[in-house]
Amino acid sequence: MNTVIFRTIAPYLSALMMVFSIFVLLRGHNEPGGGFIGGLIAVSAFAIYGIACGVAAVRRSMVVHPMSLAGIGLFIAVLSVLPSYLFGQPPMTSQWLIFDFLGSELKLSTPLVFDIGVYLVVVGAITSIALSLEERDVD
Amino acid sequence: MPFSGVEATFWAMLAPFVAAVLAPMLTQKLKHNAAWVLAAVPALIFVHFLSLVSSVAAGQTHTLGLEWVPTYGVTFSIYLDGLSTLFALLISGIGAFVVLYAGGYLKGHPQQGRFFSFLFLFMGSMLGVVLADNLITLFIFWELTSITSFLLIGFDNLRTASRRSAVQALVVTGSGGMALLAGFLLIGMAGGSMEMSEILASGDVLRDSGLYGAIFILVCLGAFTKSAQFPFHFWLPNAMEAPTPVSAYLHSATMVKAGVYLLMRLNPVLGDTALWTTVLPIFGGLTLLAGVIIGIRQTDLKLMLAYTTVASLGLLVMLTGASNTVAIKGAVLYLVAHSLFKGSLFMMAGTIDHEAGTRDITKLGGLRNAMPITFAAAVLAALSMAGLPPFLGFIAKEILYDGAYGTVGSGYLISLAALCGNILMFALAAAVALKPFMGEKVETPKHAHEGPILLWAGPITLAVSGLLLGLFAAHAGYFFINPMVSAVDGGTYGKELYLIPKHLNMALLMSVLTIALGIFAYLRIDTLRELVGRALTAIGWGPDRGFDQLMDGLVITSDKFIRTVQTGSMVTYMRACFIAVALMLFVPMMTTGNWPTFEGFQNLTFYEWAFVILAVIGLYAVITAKNRVTGIVSLGITGFSVAVIYTLFGAPDLSLTQFMVETLSVVILALVMTRLDLKPKDVRSKEDRVIDGVIAGSVGLGFAMLLMSVVSLPFDATLPEFFTQFSYSIAHGRNLVNVILVDFRGFDTIGEIAVVMVAGLAVLALIRVRAKKAQPKPEVEVMKEVAE
Repeated sequence: MNTVIFRTIAPYLSALMMVFSIFVLLRGHNEPGGGFIGGLIAVSAFAIYGIACGVAAVRRSMVVHPMSLAGIGLFIAVLSVLPSYLFGQPPMTSQWLIFDFLGSELKLSTPLVFDIGVYLVVVGAITSIALSLEERDVD
Repeated sequence: MPFSGVEATFWAMLAPFVAAVLAPMLTQKLKHNAAWVLAAVPALIFVHFLSLVSSVAAGQTHTLGLEWVPTYGVTFSIYLDGLSTLFALLISGIGAFVVLYAGGYLKGHPQQGRFFSFLFLFMGSMLGVVLADNLITLFIFWELTSITSFLLIGFDNLRTASRRSAVQALVVTGSGGMALLAGFLLIGMAGGSMEMSEILASGDVLRDSGLYGAIFILVCLGAFTKSAQFPFHFWLPNAMEAPTPVSAYLHSATMVKAGVYLLMRLNPVLGDTALWTTVLPIFGGLTLLAGVIIGIRQTDLKLMLAYTTVASLGLLVMLTGASNTVAIKGAVLYLVAHSLFKGSLFMMAGTIDHEAGTRDITKLGGLRNAMPITFAAAVLAALSMAGLPPFLGFIAKEILYDGAYGTVGSGYLISLAALCGNILMFALAAAVALKPFMGEKVETPKHAHEGPILLWAGPITLAVSGLLLGLFAAHAGYFFINPMVSAVDGGTYGKELYLIPKHLNMALLMSVLTIALGIFAYLRIDTLRELVGRALTAIGWGPDRGFDQLMDGLVITSDKFIRTVQTGSMVTYMRACFIAVALMLFVPMMTTGNWPTFEGFQNLTFYEWAFVILAVIGLYAVITAKNRVTGIVSLGITGFSVAVIYTLFGAPDLSLTQFMVETLSVVILALVMTRLDLKPKDVRSKEDRVIDGVIAGSVGLGFAMLLMSVVSLPFDATLPEFFTQFSYSIAHGRNLVNVILVDFRGFDTIGEIAVVMVAGLAVLALIRVRAKKAQPKPEVEVMKEVAE
């Protein structure tokens, strides 16, 4: 499985999948996609990269421990609950910021922030499982 | 909220918790002198409650409320009447001196800040218990006192004895707390309200309710465990493992009185029934006698005091159980007197221990010149404890004798128990206050001298308060005692309090008898000690041993249970789980007879059939796979076919997710396989294969049938219609699935991602367990071994 072709292609493939996963995450509100699916695609990207180039390379590329990524994700998701308090609305009421950005309509919202949190939790939790299964008796 | 008046009570309740946060930092800066600053907090709380006294004495009660969990009728509400105000005064007043005392007692201790923190947490919880109006709020604070007490008893956590005592106290009071919660819920059901103020106004509703018996037993379990009533008394003397400030505060003046508080609080609605006036005096009387008798045997100052505390709590429960106004007045007076003199005596014992290096009464003597102030405090407090005029203890004893004697029916028995208890209490008071100070100077481990002001300020003030309240009995009666008696007795009570008995009655006679026999018992205390010691050795078993046996039994039983259930065989676990799933699927269908119908299959097109067949081929490949890796990969065939079927039926999101999940599960399963050290081929015997095949088949069939029956139900379109209609207009999104996930049902998603995260952590921990084994022991284990 670990051929030269695979090892050469894998980093590019992973990078492409990462970009795609973010694309899927961001389009999620209107087209098929979202944080959960995007997160799973990103995990697959890391898995491919890990199989090809080893766990150490993946850990280096992630900079932080995947579990802290999941923690940050959960934190962000919970944070997105709070803005509604500022306006005296029930918790989690979504807040929207819609404006023109270089000629096209851009919508930023707390559900988007929430979805990014979901994405990070999925990426972090599942990658950390996969990585720790992949590496043997080190750490 | 304003900082004065009744409303400020909220601030008073919050203040200890704030102090708990600030205490460690302050202590780091000011060392032990932080006590002076910190003591201001309870002092201010004391002043606040003192400012309310005059309105409460005039017969007013105050209720305040903040909504907490309105859905379940939980409010953060406060009820202020004579009972709660007096308790709050005791907690904050004695608390201030205990904080000062702790400053001197733990001077230079590296964890002093943490100690202050625990102490304030306790203070806040205890205030919460006595001020709470809502039963659930009361329960929460009640449990908090158990937890903070656990932390304080186990403060010296490197010693096995204090760890054991802490666990014991937590187990006993905690299980009582559980009973209490059940009792409170029943009160709520029977009385129709969770607010104490409304329940108290309900008159005979609880007494007439069919639940009365259950409520009574559960409330008593809660109160008896907390207030160390026989047979749960054993945890209190063991709690003396705690540093002395804790013993002085929690285990004499405040926490252990929470049970008495509860009984007194509920007396108007639960009291004065045959059950109440029988059970309470019996257990209270037994506790009183057991407490003084075991107390006589002790030579450790703190243990002697601890057992007299047990006895005093018994006396209070007994008098509350007598349920007549005079007895209750006696109980209230004694409660106040006891808090003052016992707090003072405990601190005195601690000071002796601190300065002389021992608190064994047989190794102490002649300290009167070396420690004059402590001696004075001890004598003043002991005079109140012995019940001599003109101290508050004397008035308390007069009235409690009067009340005990006047109890209808069991008056003689209660009086006799009170008399015996008080005689031995007198002897113990004399022994505690005189033995260490009088007689020849005895060589002590440390060169004894008077402690610093932090150590003697508390004992002397509390002891003098006992004297002052006695001297100004009429005022004390008007402002403090009568309002509390009215609250406990359920009516208004305005009798004046006298220091000098007005006429010769039975009570005075009993007092004289107490003093005479008490002096006699004190002179013979060594003989008595030996006698009791021999008797107890002869019995050889007590609830304390019983507790150990119970805990050991629990450990052995759970060990056996675990060994039976958790065999360590993965195959057994998986079979058990899947058999349970199969049963869950089939049993409802069998019992209700709702078998699904198979009509949906006719409408499938040929390409849909093609993917169904592909999925079945995948299954076949899994079963016939030559080795495990092939099997896992073949599983992917089925998974992907299902994903395609989702797409065909117009669920792109689901299908995308299915694709990703399928890919990742193949990868992760393959990785797990490499970790498990399995043989590449399946090595199960034929019988095993048949069993597993049947289980797998029935689970699969069960799920299929369940889904069919779900689909064949009439479709309720309310929710989908709502989502379709409002998805774009409210949530600005056209992808329904995503809008539901992140907006409409976002709260569920928070729960789900939290689960994902926790599951990830758990898996990570499980994987690492094996790697950890080879590494050296963690630090905690090593510390434990050193300590033992």
